[in-house]
Amino acid sequence: MTTPLQLEVRRPAGEFDVVMTLDVPSALEYVGPAVELIARHAPASLSPRRIRFNLRTALAEALANAIAYGNLHDTSRVVRVRVEADRLGVRIHVRDDGAGFDPAGVPDPTLPQNLEREVGRGLFVLRHLVDHVAFNATGNEICLTLRAG
Amino acid sequence: MSFSLQKDKRGVVVVGVDGQLIVGNRQELKQKVLDALDGGARKFVIDFTKTGYIDSSGLGVLVSLSKKIREQGGDLRLAGLNEDLQTLFELTKLDTLFAIARTPEEALAAF
Repeated sequence: MTTPLQLEVRRPAGEFDVVMTLDVPSALEYVGPAVELIARHAPASLSPRRIRFNLRTALAEALANAIAYGNLHDTSRVVRVRVEADRLGVRIHVRDDGAGFDPAGVPDPTLPQNLEREVGRGLFVLRHLVDHVAFNATGNEICLTLRAG
Repeated sequence: MSFSLQKDKRGVVVVGVDGQLIVGNRQELKQKVLDALDGGARKFVIDFTKTGYIDSSGLGVLVSLSKKIREQGGDLRLAGLNEDLQTLFELTKLDTLFAIARTPEEALAAF
């Protein structure tokens, strides 16, 4: 990893208590450090357990998907992360420069014929770890919602 | 985050995962286990006692290693999953693919 990650933390006087933004270079070695950086600044409205496991795992999945399938490991591109936090919880937006995809077209990794596949569990895992998952119309931005608690 | 390998007197390799097993470090784990497999080891325990989280790439590398070890007549067992990680294996149904012990000691005793 050569480029240091820079998390911008703001406390705007509007809708959210805290807004954080982070640009992540499109290389998989940045996933772990980016997850740790955001998790360390996660709002107190989330329990330590949900920060330790749910937030970290779901964010790692979203970043890896954006880097690999969205930006195709192109290190001249960045994945943009925006975290909006308030007393009700946290929303994490992860956006890449790709053409997007159809989430409904991802096969169920728990079917017997898919169980021994090495890949294809990311979206399934992610959906089970957060309270809500939404995509923009293009499919190149995912929004993960973790409610307080 | 790091991986430690220890071989007991019966030749069972215990791999400790300290921190996380994710897309950024899964290849390191894979290579260490494959090197041990090439070196003649056939019985493996991966110990997650000190592991915070595992992403789908980490799960995928475990599936891949399990297959490769079985193809060589060996066996891979998992141990030390906390409640969240156990749930992850259950919801992905990977608990049906792996022998999972509560502790590394129990996994070793089962060989």
